[in-house]
Amino acid sequence: MKKSVLLGTLTVAGLAAGAAAAGTLDDVKARGVLNCGVTTGLVGFAAPDANGEWQGFDVAVCRAVAAAVLGDGNAVEFVPTTGKTRFTALASGEIDMLARNTTWTFSRDVDLKFEFTGVNYYDGQGFMVPADLGVSSALELDGATVCIQTGTTTELNLADYFAANGMSYEPVPIETNAEAQPLYLEGACDVYTTDRSGLLATRAAFENPGDHVVLPEIVSKEPLGPLVRHGDNDWGDIVRWTLNALITAEEVGVTSENLDTIAGETKNAEIKRLLGTEGTLGEMLGLDAEWAKRAIAVGGNYGEIFDANIGPDTAIGAERGYNAQWVDGGLLYSPPFR
Amino acid sequence: MSNSDNIVFVRTEMLPELPPPATETGVIKWLRENLFSSVTNSILTLISLYIIYQLLSGFLPWLFGGVWTTSSLKECREVLDGATGGCFSVLTERWNQLLFGFKYPPDQYWRIALAFVLLLIAIAPVLFQKLPRKLMYFTGLFPFIGFWLIWGGTLMTPIVILVGIIAGYIAFTRLEHNSFAMGAAGGILTAAVIIWLGGFVTGSMSGFLALEQVPSRDLGGFMLNLILGVVCVSLSLPIGIALALGRQSDMLIIKWICVVFIEFIRGVPLITLLFVANVVLAYFLPPGTNFDLILRVIIMITMFSSAYIAEVIRGGLAALPKGQYEAADSLGLDYAQSMQLIILPQALKISIPGIVNVAVGLFKDTTLVSVISMFDLVGMIRGPILASTEWNGVYWELWGFAVLLFFVVCYSISKYSQWLEQQLRTDHR
Repeated sequence: MKKSVLLGTLTVAGLAAGAAAAGTLDDVKARGVLNCGVTTGLVGFAAPDANGEWQGFDVAVCRAVAAAVLGDGNAVEFVPTTGKTRFTALASGEIDMLARNTTWTFSRDVDLKFEFTGVNYYDGQGFMVPADLGVSSALELDGATVCIQTGTTTELNLADYFAANGMSYEPVPIETNAEAQPLYLEGACDVYTTDRSGLLATRAAFENPGDHVVLPEIVSKEPLGPLVRHGDNDWGDIVRWTLNALITAEEVGVTSENLDTIAGETKNAEIKRLLGTEGTLGEMLGLDAEWAKRAIAVGGNYGEIFDANIGPDTAIGAERGYNAQWVDGGLLYSPPFR
Repeated sequence: MSNSDNIVFVRTEMLPELPPPATETGVIKWLRENLFSSVTNSILTLISLYIIYQLLSGFLPWLFGGVWTTSSLKECREVLDGATGGCFSVLTERWNQLLFGFKYPPDQYWRIALAFVLLLIAIAPVLFQKLPRKLMYFTGLFPFIGFWLIWGGTLMTPIVILVGIIAGYIAFTRLEHNSFAMGAAGGILTAAVIIWLGGFVTGSMSGFLALEQVPSRDLGGFMLNLILGVVCVSLSLPIGIALALGRQSDMLIIKWICVVFIEFIRGVPLITLLFVANVVLAYFLPPGTNFDLILRVIIMITMFSSAYIAEVIRGGLAALPKGQYEAADSLGLDYAQSMQLIILPQALKISIPGIVNVAVGLFKDTTLVSVISMFDLVGMIRGPILASTEWNGVYWELWGFAVLLFFVVCYSISKYSQWLEQQLRTDHR
């Protein structure tokens, strides 16, 4: 009897594995829900609000993909992951895609066998110090105590930067951004370092934000983007081009407000291809013609999502900077929809 | 001439009773004896008073000057306008999230509240021997009712499992006189068959008394800590007893299984086991299988605490004089009877402080699940609440609230155990 149970289990396992190999797109469609990995909470990027609805910049990417594939921006199961569990969750198939302000690096792309499908936020590591410390450049930080999150790329960047400039520092390891704030405010460390978006968000929550300065130096490149598993390129294409659709929409002036009318009025062929009134781009992805239209309808184009979640009018107050369109001198440059 | 003429003054009635001197009574006496009995003590008293004053003068204005009605930290700071005071409005605004997590459907909160009240009723006859014993039937039913209330779905599922277990027990009692092992095997087999057959009934009657189904992932807040704590403590007690007895057994294989299990689990940190439950198991299981995360965590925590409880009970067993074992044998009791009637009641009584110690520690350890991205009370605070734009930057109020909740529960457990020790004290001390 035991043997038959074992065989049965193996059969089920084999069937399940076979089903998984059939493609993430089919899995998602069959399930009717997109499993999207996000952080357990980062101001502006992903956090549930008072009603338990997930909101944020990364969350918007998940919703856009869900809308493109399933036709409903709410058909997302948000799976919260920590810095330690995020990659196993993706590799084991627990989630279909990860949008968790994850830095695109060589080893994560190649060695961990993931596929970064683009960049939704160009970040860089910065330093914040109390204004009364009188420091105006990171090069004056020799011998400082530094609060730093463990297990992140920031930890490695910090070591590289201080070694390259012949300076020494005393690290104060912390687990999350939430722990860093009181430690920094109580003076347990002179400097707090993390991505600049995080520094701005942290400073915005202080009682007296003016008492702290973010130093001008940016010591690393932190391109943050969504990622999927290696080996399922069809699914990777969908996530990549959904993100590109949001970026292109801003570039060509499609917003959530003019979405319904612009396709009929415009003479711009790229808008027509994007919105599916011309060409067969959706079909090539294995989706219908209006996939991008639905993706944009959820939260608007890239600029609208940026402004709603982390832009100058929000608590974070991030400027566009590198994250402006290439025509405005930024780095956002979507390949053409053709 | 009588004698009385010579005496100048004779009191004819008793003096009224005077109150004792001021220094020998009431507050003053107490103060003199306890606080100012010597110079050194007086100085120490003054220093302590000063420290207490310093602490309270900081704490009380913060507590009583707190703001309870704003909807964000910024607003709260505006209302306070530089005055000392806590932003307790984070507690009122996120009250439901702190208790139930952020995904449990709000219109179903009554189910949790009801389950909690029923839990108190179910647990009462276990804790207090004087209550009518018939209440124990309800205690036996509670796991099924509680499961149905919290997770929802059709009532048929718990009913089928209950029927299976009862049938298994009946089969066990019928077969037990042959041998214990045969009884156990028969019982388990019967229960399995009935539950398997019942699966078809459940499938066809999925609408029977169905509540809205809530997936495990949606549980959170202090409720999750309570669920994990209650389930794991109540499961690990019987398993711990079995392990402790197994470790003392004469049967070599059973003994070594128990020894290896206990020593292995005790040699591994709980957080490692939780990571195994969350991360590593996902690699071993076939993709797509969704072996419930809470179930995995319950299994791991139960294994962990039962190993510790087993060692505590082994201590109790070892403390019994050998004469007790021999006395049981000389009465002609078999192994099961002697354990049940003679050994375990005494051993468990000795082990109470240790067991309570493990239980309290275990309850607090349930907060570790926040590390594997489950939103228990600590996970809710660390994750969603502190990461929301409204409440980013509130610390003392939130963590103070968490401390208060855990303190209330743990302190009552420890008070109860002291009371229980008093009740069970039979020696002459």
